[in-house]
Amino acid sequence: MDMIYAPAVPEIVLACLAMALLMAGVFGLERGRIVSWLCVVSLAITLLLVLTGGTDRVVGLGGLFVTGAFAVYVKVLVLIGSALAIVMSLTFNEREALDRFEFPIVILFATLGMLMMVSANDLIALYLGLELQSLSLYVLAAFRRDTLRSSEAGLKYFVLGALSSGMLLYGCSLIYGFLGATGFDAIAAAVGGGDPSLGVVVGLVFLLAGLCFKVSAAPFHMWTPDVYEGAPTPVTALFSVAPKIAALALFIRVLMEPFGDLTDKWQQIIVVVAILSMAIGAFTAIVQENIKRLMAYSSIGHVGYALVGIATGTEEGVRAVLIYLAIYLFMNVGVFACILAMRQKGSAVENISDLAGFSKSRPLVAGIFAALMFSMAGIPPLAGFFGKFYVFMAAVNAGLVPLAVFGVLASVVGCYYYLRIVKVMYFDEAGEDMDRPLPSEIGVVAGLSAVVVVLFVVVPWTITDFAGGAARTLFSG
Amino acid sequence: MSAGVGLLSIVTFLPLVGVLAILLLCRGTDEDAIRNARMAALWTSLATFVVSLFIWFRFDSGTADFQFVEQVDWLPEFNITYRMGVDGISLFFVLLSTFLTPICILSSWTAIQIRVKEYMIAFLALETLMVGMFCALDFVVFYVFFEGVLIPMFLIIGVWGGARRIYAAFKFFLFTLLGSVLMLLALLAVYLEVGNTSIVEALVYSFAPDLQIWLWLAFFASFAVKIPMWPVHTWLPDAHVEAPTAGSVILAGVLLKMGGYGFLRFSLPMFPEASEFFTPLIFVLSCVAVIYTSLVALAQEDMKKLIAYSSVAHMGFVTIGIFTATNQGIAGAIFQMLSHGIVSAALFLCVGVVYDRLHTRDIARYGGLVHRMPAYAAVFMVFTLASVGLPGTSGFVGEFLVLLGAFEVNTWVCFLAATGVILGAAYMLYLYRRVIFGKLERVELQTMLDLNPREIAVFAPLVLLVLWMGIYPSSFLDPIQMSVQNLVDQHQAAMHAMGETAAVAARGQ
Repeated sequence: MDMIYAPAVPEIVLACLAMALLMAGVFGLERGRIVSWLCVVSLAITLLLVLTGGTDRVVGLGGLFVTGAFAVYVKVLVLIGSALAIVMSLTFNEREALDRFEFPIVILFATLGMLMMVSANDLIALYLGLELQSLSLYVLAAFRRDTLRSSEAGLKYFVLGALSSGMLLYGCSLIYGFLGATGFDAIAAAVGGGDPSLGVVVGLVFLLAGLCFKVSAAPFHMWTPDVYEGAPTPVTALFSVAPKIAALALFIRVLMEPFGDLTDKWQQIIVVVAILSMAIGAFTAIVQENIKRLMAYSSIGHVGYALVGIATGTEEGVRAVLIYLAIYLFMNVGVFACILAMRQKGSAVENISDLAGFSKSRPLVAGIFAALMFSMAGIPPLAGFFGKFYVFMAAVNAGLVPLAVFGVLASVVGCYYYLRIVKVMYFDEAGEDMDRPLPSEIGVVAGLSAVVVVLFVVVPWTITDFAGGAARTLFSG
Repeated sequence: MSAGVGLLSIVTFLPLVGVLAILLLCRGTDEDAIRNARMAALWTSLATFVVSLFIWFRFDSGTADFQFVEQVDWLPEFNITYRMGVDGISLFFVLLSTFLTPICILSSWTAIQIRVKEYMIAFLALETLMVGMFCALDFVVFYVFFEGVLIPMFLIIGVWGGARRIYAAFKFFLFTLLGSVLMLLALLAVYLEVGNTSIVEALVYSFAPDLQIWLWLAFFASFAVKIPMWPVHTWLPDAHVEAPTAGSVILAGVLLKMGGYGFLRFSLPMFPEASEFFTPLIFVLSCVAVIYTSLVALAQEDMKKLIAYSSVAHMGFVTIGIFTATNQGIAGAIFQMLSHGIVSAALFLCVGVVYDRLHTRDIARYGGLVHRMPAYAAVFMVFTLASVGLPGTSGFVGEFLVLLGAFEVNTWVCFLAATGVILGAAYMLYLYRRVIFGKLERVELQTMLDLNPREIAVFAPLVLLVLWMGIYPSSFLDPIQMSVQNLVDQHQAAMHAMGETAAVAARGQ
């Protein structure tokens, strides 16, 4: 088998840039800000290469690597998410004395891992991408190494992550053992009949358990709140978008391509996981006092909705999930920009009650925050509604009506805690004022996300057409 | 069908121009900026009203078709189109929305002193959403507007409301949302059945009877909460009492009508068999609502709460009228909704007038106001009598037609509903006596001032309209006639077809 490198050019370039920046950091460029901007530029270059790479399905690197419209779509989201996370970390890291040049570079490596995951066409490639991403993220979670919470977050993430990787690997080895192949195409051919041996099904279950951990779907969500709370806020912002999008994309690819013929085997698992995630996300978030913990449960809930789309196993469902992910990316990045704007007397605050009177002291940011909360709650005409709309439409169309009913009811419960933030900002008596001025890059990110969330209703086709094309490539083959 | 953007879109989105103007032009928080924000909101809403009058003038009363139809591709791959249009059923609801908004803005001219800009923005956004909802001819567009209303209303209650505003705002939001999301699933099911989201096409599609039952129930969940029907009405007294005056006005005037409109637009024409099947349920719930909430109203000590309960009772008439599926019943229901939109809005404004002066809604704190405020007493009387349904006022026509329709279908329903009229007279006149008549004893009432010119400007159009609707209802009944007739004909055709199928089935055995 000859080696075709062309489809992996963006990843290769990103890897080279990241290593070059690491060298530059070690031998001179010590100021975090310059390295950070160079990292953003590297991501932008990668984005450009991804976009110009074409959307035809091409298999490279000896069958380990595949690219196509689906991969391009997800990679664009991942790259945007990572770049915005770096941008949002600039001022925060300086203020919190975290502005070490390694920070953005580790994000680059994590992003590289995510791109590999998205393009994986083989269980080995899948595992390599996943581990590169995970190891980088463990480091990031513990980046504020002199505080207990951050170290604890990193350690917890590492231990549980290693466990899940082990399960995933065990699943992979079972699948290999029973089918004799690790390539997705070969697996697809081997299970094509739709009646696989028990070992393959058990392997698939382990594989799914590992993946559920990575996307923080219930019942494998335990690590999420602690890690979200303990990690530095820009890292949490990154955690909540890029890795999640990449892992969900991997989820989709694994289920639709190699195991596409086993829908009736895995559908019940995904349905249960989706219901648990939506329920735990909705009910547990109600009692949270820390906004980062709240966002952790919120993200568990959102993963549940995305899994509803995946559970359909149809092209429509995949398209719905892809639209959902794009909207989710912009909502979440915006929310974290607003959370980063929460500073009183020179230090960051994280309690929901600290937001009291936010609308008085910072009307514009509070307005954006409120709009994002309504969007997260799925109230039209904001973008979040359309994310849920497509997912539920796919679910109803696929005959999963009870799942859809459960989903909309969970979203009503979820509404409560999103509204609570609006309530604290707008209805409660003003508390301590927030610090001024806002770092300009935070304002830009928040404004950008607000524009996307509000104007999606006017020009929905900008995202939906792209997502439609991406979903089609998974099902045409 | 004409394409592109026309009159309806202009009416719908004109208020957003005002929102933009306030956002861009009224910077700062000084007096000038606040006055400019008020002016911008008032003029925008007045302009919207004037433009909306053209819909009425150019409306063709001779057809039941949708008019002023607009169509723009929105999500072509899903067959979802931005479609707008009005027929006899929706015409006056659009006008009601555009008519009440400037009145709301004028009535909160001095009552609202904090966050004035945001308040005006909320009302203008609300107007866009309300008008858009009544005009929408596409399920998704309809749902976006229908649900979007919750956001500004939640903020209006929560930010500018009374003491228990947070509880009321959350209750309002979550109650209505819970009903709506079930409707969303039903809308998706309808979409998958029909193949596109056009309301026009869904209206002539015949759904399988089993499916109809489920879909009807899902729609019912949403509209019954919204209208509201007993026993899911409990959010309404809370929301009404805690909302600022103008919020109660819009809530009673327009938002409740969304439920009635929904029954008329979707439940009855799309699911005739299911509607027929569930009519007894509706009648029972409505009769309970009429009698029970009237009795509750009789016991209220808070003026706003009393009017809120009276709204539930009046809406009971509306649901009875709609599900009689007779010409008189439906026309009466629509007329009753319009009349109630004006009258209850005006009653809330009347409460607002004294509340602004004394900052209490406790009935016991008032009495003998006629001595100090004769003009106010006269205005209040007009609306009290209209609410009671005195001939010559708008309230009479609607109630009479509904009772007429109910009599044709079921005399018991008619009888029970008619007791509501008597109870209605009891609680309204009792309220009026306690507030307006009697001796002026309390010290704080001695200095009450009568209506000022701004308040007269608020009430004058309402009084005129109530009398016009009562004395010459044809101006309003004629345009809706064809659409109502069409609705009834279709319903009867469906009933006839169902009867035949049943007969064939019986013969087959």
